[in-house]
Amino acid sequence: MSLLQVSDLHMHFHTATGVLRAVDGVSFTIERGESVGLVGESGCGKSTLGKTLLRLLDPTAGRIHFDGQAIDSLTQRAVRPFRTRMQMIFQDPFSSLNPRQTIGQILAAPLTVHGRGNKAERRRRVATMIDRVGLPTTSVGRYPHEFSGGQRQRIGIARALILDPALVICDEPVSALDLSIQAQILNLLVQMKRDLGLSYLFISHDLSVVRFFADRVLVMYLGRIVEAASGADLWRNPLHPYTRALIAAIPDPARRKHAAPLTGELPSPEDVTTGCPFHPRCPLATARCTVEAPQPQMFSPGHSVACHHADAAQPRFRKAG
Amino acid sequence: MTSMTPLLEVQSLTIRFAHSEPVRDLSFRVYPRETVALVGESGSGKSLTALALMGLLPSSARSGAASLTLAGADLRALTPRAWRRVRGREVAMVFQEPMTSLNPVLTIGRQITESLRHHEGLSASAARARAIELLDLVRIANPQRRVDDYPHRLSGGMRQRVMIAIAVACRPKLLIADEPTTALDVTIQAQVLELLDKLRRDLSMGLLLITHDLGVVGQWADRVVVMYAGAKVEEAAAETLFTGALHPYTRGLIAASPRFHRAHTYQDGKLSEIPGSIASAVGEAGCAFAPRCTHVRTECRLAPPQPIAVEAGWSVACPVALDRTEETRRVAVASF
Repeated sequence: MSLLQVSDLHMHFHTATGVLRAVDGVSFTIERGESVGLVGESGCGKSTLGKTLLRLLDPTAGRIHFDGQAIDSLTQRAVRPFRTRMQMIFQDPFSSLNPRQTIGQILAAPLTVHGRGNKAERRRRVATMIDRVGLPTTSVGRYPHEFSGGQRQRIGIARALILDPALVICDEPVSALDLSIQAQILNLLVQMKRDLGLSYLFISHDLSVVRFFADRVLVMYLGRIVEAASGADLWRNPLHPYTRALIAAIPDPARRKHAAPLTGELPSPEDVTTGCPFHPRCPLATARCTVEAPQPQMFSPGHSVACHHADAAQPRFRKAG
Repeated sequence: MTSMTPLLEVQSLTIRFAHSEPVRDLSFRVYPRETVALVGESGSGKSLTALALMGLLPSSARSGAASLTLAGADLRALTPRAWRRVRGREVAMVFQEPMTSLNPVLTIGRQITESLRHHEGLSASAARARAIELLDLVRIANPQRRVDDYPHRLSGGMRQRVMIAIAVACRPKLLIADEPTTALDVTIQAQVLELLDKLRRDLSMGLLLITHDLGVVGQWADRVVVMYAGAKVEEAAAETLFTGALHPYTRGLIAASPRFHRAHTYQDGKLSEIPGSIASAVGEAGCAFAPRCTHVRTECRLAPPQPIAVEAGWSVACPVALDRTEETRRVAVASF
């Protein structure tokens, strides 16, 4: 049984101008101990998807099974026990920490809320966590502003892990950090995964970071998963034209001053297009793509793609490596 | 390239505030039609350097330099009035945040023409026609219609194109782009960098690209100046940087960045780290990087190291790194 199983999940918002389909029929699984990358550009729905999985938002339709139990239609009260097992790490470690609380208070709060241990036990647990994420022992009585960006993200990680979750959703956890600090935090997340047997959903727009971090990758475009495969498979053999465009857009020192691979802008998710959501920007688009939305199809074991032309494109891009 | 007269010559630039010195003794050059990347993390002083070149340092800052010369003109003694003739026409800047750098209550046409009318005294209709040309130049579709739009109607990528149109309106000789693509999506980033490079060639500008993204540096820059805590630690051709960087900080940065094309995953082992943070540079009497450096020696803590020339166009401010390199080709102590 998968740790997380998501089936045909929809998260729609009603806006003044119509319906915004932020998540529009998404299905995937996360296994125990697996690190799944979720890649896409701003507005593609990846953060909304993360929040919907945690039931911070109530899904419009679809199922979410966590550890075999359906959590998509539980009441907020009934979903609370699951929250201890699914946690989130945010992009901006500063705005997600209460500036008026000490690190000790911030880390003890989840334990208190979920009624874990007595005061002494909670204090011990906080001290263990502070040590585990590589912060000085003296941190417990200090306030968030006394810490650097990297240290604040360590606090965010400690808070997410203090309840001993099985799944951690990381929403752009290193994109606000300086390069020399990014590696420290990525290594820490890997170490925590090994030590605690965690699964991750790692949301990021940075393909280099995802390539390092993810066992399996989901590529999202305008609310849909357009390609899903193991990292090894996806990077070697990307099938969807959007995945290939993302890879081609990565600056590569070996490819000096090369022209931009993809023209056009990311359309607003409110601009409803018929057919494939990517067709207005797609170099392979044909008449069929403008009317018929492609469904995800298994191209090879573990590698699915939603594109009418994945077959046609295949030989040309196999050698791209 | 070194035989040419530099377009921009910065010699021993120092910027001080009451209790800090965020840029110290910084020297570099930009030659005509060249792209130079200024690389460093937050706190390295790269954005303040850009502001100094635009004459836009906050009034609480004191700056001094042995030379600050743009296209033969000395920028050091310019009055605020004289700066207004230089800014936009000789040197212009594209900022990181296209959302906050545009005035939300003015049409983009009005914002593009502002500098044109100031510098070139164009009539309203001539300025408008030029604004449409400029929007077309930065490849905004339907420029005739877009010229009357307000910024909120444009996407982030289009706003950055408008910022670029404003910056190049008076054909500056030097364009400074401060993290021009950091706020943009990956596919849009590539488009904007390609546009900047095309404009550099078409308008014969020098481009000073301020960035923290080593991939961008490798793909788009001719030369790189690496800064750490206000000082230049290494300067080299972009190709050299990735294959032969010498300074422990430069090497550390390159090793620490997950690079897509290196295909290294966590299963293959940890990313190499630079321990500590840039905050440790505060109050350091010697090399600012010494508290984080794995090769530190006692003499590193005594005085800030000076850039030493490795070969033409390549210098490194670390005697230890040079000692450690077997085929050290120490030419001479760099004159700048």
